[in-house]
Amino acid sequence: MRAIAVVATGVFRDSIRDRIAYSLVFFAVLLIAASFLLAQLTAGQDVKIIKDLGLAASSAIGVLIAVFFGIGLVTKEVERRSIYSLLSKPVSRSQFIVGKYLGLVLTLLTNLSVMAAAFYGVLAVLDAMAPPELRASWDAPALDPRMLVAFALIGVELMLVTATALFFSTFSSPFLSVAFSFALYIIGHFGEDLKHLDNIVQSQVLAQVARGVYYVMPNLAALDVKSDVVHGVSVSAWHALAASATAGVYIAVALVAATIVFSRRDLK
Amino acid sequence: MDAISIEGLTKHYTVGFWRPRPYVALDGLALNVRRGEVFGFLGPNGAGKTTTLKLLMQLIYPTAGRAEILGRPVGDAAVKSRIGYLPENPYFYDNLTAEELLVYFARLFGYSAHEGRQRASRLLDAVGIGPERTFALRRFSKGMVQRVGIAQALINDPEVVFLDEPMSGLDPVGRREVRELILRLRDEGRTVFFSSHVLSDAEALCSRVAILVKGRLSAAGSLDELTAFEARGWEIVVGGLASETLDGMRGSLASATRLGDGRYALTLPPSAVPDSVITALVAAGAHLVSLTPLRATLEDFFLERVRAASGDSGTGRVAS
Repeated sequence: MRAIAVVATGVFRDSIRDRIAYSLVFFAVLLIAASFLLAQLTAGQDVKIIKDLGLAASSAIGVLIAVFFGIGLVTKEVERRSIYSLLSKPVSRSQFIVGKYLGLVLTLLTNLSVMAAAFYGVLAVLDAMAPPELRASWDAPALDPRMLVAFALIGVELMLVTATALFFSTFSSPFLSVAFSFALYIIGHFGEDLKHLDNIVQSQVLAQVARGVYYVMPNLAALDVKSDVVHGVSVSAWHALAASATAGVYIAVALVAATIVFSRRDLK
Repeated sequence: MDAISIEGLTKHYTVGFWRPRPYVALDGLALNVRRGEVFGFLGPNGAGKTTTLKLLMQLIYPTAGRAEILGRPVGDAAVKSRIGYLPENPYFYDNLTAEELLVYFARLFGYSAHEGRQRASRLLDAVGIGPERTFALRRFSKGMVQRVGIAQALINDPEVVFLDEPMSGLDPVGRREVRELILRLRDEGRTVFFSSHVLSDAEALCSRVAILVKGRLSAAGSLDELTAFEARGWEIVVGGLASETLDGMRGSLASATRLGDGRYALTLPPSAVPDSVITALVAAGAHLVSLTPLRATLEDFFLERVRAASGDSGTGRVAS
């Protein structure tokens, strides 16, 4: 456990200072702040626009960091040979994989917290400025705590995306790993379409294959409650827990698979 | 018990995308390194030195054979805590400082952050990293990264230190400091196994060496063992030698070179007996300045081995 914690701390310390990562987070914060200006141009939809844009920006930037940094966790270490020094220390390859993963998750959750704080900050300003009659017209209060559930599920989604990106990077090139990770992300969000592909295509074989893919791939759409919370629809605790637990299973499988593949690999 | 024991260590790779074929990176290496010695692992580029070190660190897995460090199989967690390793052309994390990197590695050995900082400070002093230790490593030159690499290899006071091309990227001052550091490690009773193709380093530091050529062990032993029987003759420097005396002796000399001030450097073949030649020279009025046996250097021996391996048609690198 100590080795995992030390590796995770090292990753966190290195990646939290990464210029690209904090530029992306800064960009997201800027986007959230800019949504405030955009909201001024619309009548009555201002809070919804800020919520939509803020949650979408946080999710998109988070996914970018999760994919590119998740892949870099292993490939950069191997390409730059920094892994040679690390694995000659009392660290097993499975501890390396899990430690790297946890370190990046810690970074992602920190970044997500920064974006959530900026998001609530902008909404607090809007809330303070809005007259009572405008507030009354909103579907949900500006500082609706239910949006934290959306942020929490974005966090779970990022954990899952990171785990799969890490898994792909243990056996494929960075380019292919990026392609696989985004493909999985897209399939995960359009699972329902795959499930009901027989409504669109004639081929029963294709429909069956699509349904098979639907059952194997993680259902990321279940983790996406952004639209619900923006419109003031409550997300049940049961849904949030079930979606998170399912994601947890996929994360565990991805990490175990990554460990098995990586443990057998020659680090040339 | 030997510090390192290697038996039949073999590594094949598959090369070629369209027509994959096996490539022998290392072929049945057998080697023992005693405790407390500085052992030089020599060979030209591509000989298999780094492959051997990676196998010992379990960064790659052998096709055949086995290796032990301090009496335990390589990869054993207990072994890892007793060794240090400097990879060839090391690279570390861009955004960490040298101090943070060493503390990070120290913590992997179970040291507290405080102990880690103390060790980091001592080692960075030892390798000549000054106030720049608080700079991010991405700002370091190659030579400075190499110094940090040496420091991290010693963070746990290892009993056996593996150094892959430790002088690479260092300036003359740095090379000298690292040489002194290696000798200090030897004096402290540690075993140092270092790979290099710089033979002067090996000659200055090693008690024993092994020469690897095309993945095969070509020679192993102490420097004296490897070069003692390779006598190339004698060099006699004399003064006051008359030209007619020299002309009369030409038949028994391999060469004669005029040095100036009436001095000559005379080279005798290995079969000649220098005493009788000196007696004859002194009798003819010359005086002896110096007598030096011409022995093969490690470089001569090394080049001879590499040439022999290059001419050996049976030493291909394609696995059977």
